[in-house]
Amino acid sequence: MSSPSAVAVGTRELTIAQAVNEALAEELRRDPTVFLIGEDIAEAGHPFKVLAGLVAEFGPGRVVDSPISEAGIAGLGLGAAMTGMRPVVDIMFGDFLTLIMDQVVNQAAKIHYMSGGSLKAPLTIRTTLGATRRSAAQHSQSLHAWVAHVPGLKVCLPSTPADAKGLLKSAIRDDNPVVIFEDKMMYTTKGHVPDGEHLVPLGVADVKRDGEDITVIATSSMVQVALAAADELERDGVSLEVVDPRTIAPLDRETLVSSARKTGRVIVVDEGHQSYGASAELAAVVAEDAFWHLDAPVVRLGAMDVPIPFSPVLEDETVPTPERVIAAARRLVGKSS
Amino acid sequence: MGIRAFETAANQLYLSAKMPGLTHLYIGEEAVAVGVCSMLRVDDVVTSTHRGHGHCIAKGADVRRMFCELLGKEEGYCRGKGGSMHIADHANGNLGANAIVGGSAGIATGAAFAAQRLGSDRVAVCFFGDGALGQGLLYEVMNMAALWKLPVVYVCENNLYNEYTHFSEVTAGSIPKRAEAFGIPAEEVDGQDVLAVRAATERAVERARAGDGPSFLLAATYRYHGHHVGDIDRAYYRKKEEEELWVAERDPIELLAARIEDDAGFSELHERIDAEIAEAVAYALDAPYPDPSEVTQDVFA
Repeated sequence: MSSPSAVAVGTRELTIAQAVNEALAEELRRDPTVFLIGEDIAEAGHPFKVLAGLVAEFGPGRVVDSPISEAGIAGLGLGAAMTGMRPVVDIMFGDFLTLIMDQVVNQAAKIHYMSGGSLKAPLTIRTTLGATRRSAAQHSQSLHAWVAHVPGLKVCLPSTPADAKGLLKSAIRDDNPVVIFEDKMMYTTKGHVPDGEHLVPLGVADVKRDGEDITVIATSSMVQVALAAADELERDGVSLEVVDPRTIAPLDRETLVSSARKTGRVIVVDEGHQSYGASAELAAVVAEDAFWHLDAPVVRLGAMDVPIPFSPVLEDETVPTPERVIAAARRLVGKSS
Repeated sequence: MGIRAFETAANQLYLSAKMPGLTHLYIGEEAVAVGVCSMLRVDDVVTSTHRGHGHCIAKGADVRRMFCELLGKEEGYCRGKGGSMHIADHANGNLGANAIVGGSAGIATGAAFAAQRLGSDRVAVCFFGDGALGQGLLYEVMNMAALWKLPVVYVCENNLYNEYTHFSEVTAGSIPKRAEAFGIPAEEVDGQDVLAVRAATERAVERARAGDGPSFLLAATYRYHGHHVGDIDRAYYRKKEEEELWVAERDPIELLAARIEDDAGFSELHERIDAEIAEAVAYALDAPYPDPSEVTQDVFA
């Protein structure tokens, strides 16, 4: 697939915040059963200002300020989803997923299966991930692997404005519970978004950069990290192919594996903690389906297995950076120095 | 009476090892489900509990399909994927039993939210036990229901026991005042008196349909059997005399029979129900299991 950001004709440049806002506005306009509920999302427009202006157009009946009751709004959203609406529940920080896990894991994820297909839950949960905002251990985690582990949930990790818009619109229209993680450090990241209706299907990866020597499978903001590393390595004559799964559940195994087979070397970069995280699953998929094409073991780069610390000098140690991707890539092609 | 017969048969299926797993019997509490659901329309929704067969039957479910589900058969309400604790009957407005104590409070409140926002006069009823009073979710959604005047009725079935612990050991203060603190009118009702439950439900449902917001009913009732069918030796948490007293003096079916004074009509009804249940059990025992290939079906809609 070609990268949407490579297309200039018929596009506009938006930030991820603007793209998310536009996606929500379009879906609220299109479908009267869509509503948003969350903490400080109406007049405040969300602490990250992503939702600014929506209440002015759609009113407090559809852009609903809730109490600070994450489990309550997740459960309320689920009940509304089961009875004819398409709620978008805003969980301000991904760390607060801990507060809604019963509603998501035991209720929303299972209701369709457990009812033999008679009930469904078209529920979208928007939340965030990502460190380096100096927000310390309870506002900095990337917990997407927790929900991706549970059958019945779809999990989106947009890395560009175009994907943020297209995935969110698809999530809202999907008949299943979908959790979409936006990197809180990327809301001001700009990129081209196609004009008009723009949907990105769930379960289709995107090759963000074609390359020959090493496949970098990167998620969310780690796509930008991988692309920065690719630019740098190009000067050394090392060519990276950057593959963005975009959704880790369902996972487009085929695109990941075919790239791995082509290059024979794979680095997985994901901002979740490395142990038992998404990077482990992505690496396992490559190992299972591309093993005989690999020239070296798959390399994983995740967040360190420590709570995210506050002090900038400590926090910056915890997450993958372009420099670390470059070092890993050089080792893989035997150019470490 | 249908619920009593259903549960008695379910117990027999467990005791004769014909049913996989466990089930939680509603015997003794029937007047609550019947009293509440008899005041609801088909399109009104309920959410139920792990002890949910009574709500399910009272809301109109077919006992054949229920027994099929208890036995893991293809014709069960959930095609055998839910079992006793997860029966959902969408056509009759039953959004499902729930094996997480208090887990459906959000779903019922959300259904009420949807009814209000979609302009329907549908009402949602949330059944839960005294055990759910310990769950924070209940108070989170009661707060929102009161704030937004949602058409929901919270029905607390206090059968005196949080599983194996008397509720008074784990429940502080006044239960109705917990609802009243949110501005939700609370009414205490004799859960063994079906007519009293009906009358209280009528008031709560009228209030909800009129757009005046949620209500809270506290029904005093009693679980004749154990927490589940395997909970047979109960002496360590409650006395045999206590159980016998409720059965002898507070049985909801006997209380209603005494009031109606139509013994012939009652025994005729009894026979008809027993025959219907026996036929449904036989049907379910003979019904086919789902094909193993169905295991991957319906993970996603």
